[in-house]
Amino acid sequence: MAETLVFARPAALEPVITHYCPGCTHGIIHRLVAEVIDELGVRERTVGIAPVGCSVLAYNYFATDFHEASHGRAPAVATGIKRAHPELIVFTYQGDGDLASIGMAEIIHCANRGEKVTVVFVNNAIYGMTGGQMAPTTLPGQVATTCPLGRDVNLAGYPIRVAELIATLKTPAFVARTAVHTPLRAVQAKDVLRRAFQYQLDGTCFSLVEVLSTCPTNWGMPPAEACQWLEQNMVPYYPLGVFKVPGGADRAPRPLDGEEVPCRTT
Amino acid sequence: MAKKLMKGSEAIGEAAIQAGCRLFFGYPITPQNEIPEYMSHRLPQVGGTFVQAESEVAASNMLYGAAGSGERVLTSSSSPGISLMMEAISYMAGAELPAVIVNIVRAGPGLGGILPSQGDYFQATKGGGHGDYRLLVLAPWSVQEAADLVQDAFDLADFYRNPVMVLGDGLIGQMMEPVEFRADRVPCKPLPPKPWASTGWRGDRAKAIINSLFLDPEVLEQHNRKLKAKYDAMVRDEVRYATYGTDRPYDVLIVAFGTVARVVSTAIDDLGEEGVRAALLRPITLFPFPYDAVRQAARKAKAVLVVELSCGQMVEDVQLAVAGTRPVRFHGRQGGMLVTPEEAAEVVRGMVGAFQKEVRRG
Repeated sequence: MAETLVFARPAALEPVITHYCPGCTHGIIHRLVAEVIDELGVRERTVGIAPVGCSVLAYNYFATDFHEASHGRAPAVATGIKRAHPELIVFTYQGDGDLASIGMAEIIHCANRGEKVTVVFVNNAIYGMTGGQMAPTTLPGQVATTCPLGRDVNLAGYPIRVAELIATLKTPAFVARTAVHTPLRAVQAKDVLRRAFQYQLDGTCFSLVEVLSTCPTNWGMPPAEACQWLEQNMVPYYPLGVFKVPGGADRAPRPLDGEEVPCRTT
Repeated sequence: MAKKLMKGSEAIGEAAIQAGCRLFFGYPITPQNEIPEYMSHRLPQVGGTFVQAESEVAASNMLYGAAGSGERVLTSSSSPGISLMMEAISYMAGAELPAVIVNIVRAGPGLGGILPSQGDYFQATKGGGHGDYRLLVLAPWSVQEAADLVQDAFDLADFYRNPVMVLGDGLIGQMMEPVEFRADRVPCKPLPPKPWASTGWRGDRAKAIINSLFLDPEVLEQHNRKLKAKYDAMVRDEVRYATYGTDRPYDVLIVAFGTVARVVSTAIDDLGEEGVRAALLRPITLFPFPYDAVRQAARKAKAVLVVELSCGQMVEDVQLAVAGTRPVRFHGRQGGMLVTPEEAAEVVRGMVGAFQKEVRRG
């Protein structure tokens, strides 16, 4: 009987062991990105940009050319590569400290210029590599090593919702938030990643996919519990969905003399 | 190509285009805005790309990306902006990327002023960013030389796989002088292919990883030593300087670079008419510094004068070169104030007068 290969490592992933902690979902996200690169047939013309953070060594795991960027600057590095070689498929892979804290200026302006690049934004609500400090995405009350009593929103403000923030820009873009803590969510995330890369491939627009991710090590809980914690705590604050598509309508402002609407704080 | 009257800033931009640069990333800052403005209209004419970045931090990281993908790239800025670029410059040195950075220096520290200065000598030649690296630093004294050195800078950057800085000031940027771009110009160094560039991995070469991270200390030490070998080769092969009046006997050797050297050369002419004998040594490469040339030229003088638009930075390299064998005097102006030929001449007259008194006492 002839054998049929139904499952294999994506060609866009190197056959190496990663350094990620047990239960961390970086591995799943790497795989989904690699599968999309394979399925679109663009591996040989893809250049990735690794951030500073847990995925700093991503260049060892993807079987494509890669740049290692300084902290937060991956969207600027991506801009340089894409402008030099528009035929390349350029993606950044960034965490929440990298993108939403030190790299906020670079991501906003890369999106606003409408650079034809794809940003994979991994949000695990904490600084992983440096050992669990508070991130701009750390949830209210969530304990981190630099907010040992839990994030105090009166001092640190509320966590930044990056997908919503980028979606407010007028420049056409594809912006979505996904998760990978269940098989169903992972399948959805891959579909969204494929759309994001396809928009770049078609030369349509900038694309950003926020992926909610777990950090069992720094959250201080076993992997299965971390997935539940993400579902119960992160998903309500960071709703999943597509926030912007190219050609989508702008949000209408409320009338100035209209009824006061209290800000949503959850 | 015939000579053309050009502003220094425009000549710098055009020189980059003539050198094959098709990508410019920058951010506005006085007094160098004419360079990005020139590039913004000129680059599209030659199929190139101009990007006005959101900051110098971003501009220099765009440079890092484009340089890593193998293209000739330019940015320009002025002192406070160059400080913001130091992060990417260190990364480019670490990742061995060729790029050209023009610093039209303004007076500092801090926001300082917008007028000419040489106060970024230390930053340019002694590191500036973090880590153990060097930039090749070129200092023009005329618009023509600025155009020539910018073209050479691209060749040197490619040859050494290292960022090269061209250090000018507002005088160079604003001055109008005749410039010639030679159609038959040949690169000043052999230009190696760039198999290391990230242009997509098709399996016909090693995977391109543009990177300065080496977590294994033994590997990083090897990398540091490899970089050091390049800097040693620059010191051996790339020293450039010019002299003025050293073919005649002289009592005072003046060491100055960039536009200040030009002012000093006028002072030397004026002094010569009075019978006061002075000569000029002008470093063109600030790194590598012409230590040997300064040492030898100083031997023929009674004393050395260093003139700078700073509180005294290059003077430390001159002191190293002279190594106590001759007195070294410093004269500087700061804050955007310039040295005039009369002022420089007066300092030299004072030095010569002091020798004569010593001779009478002796």
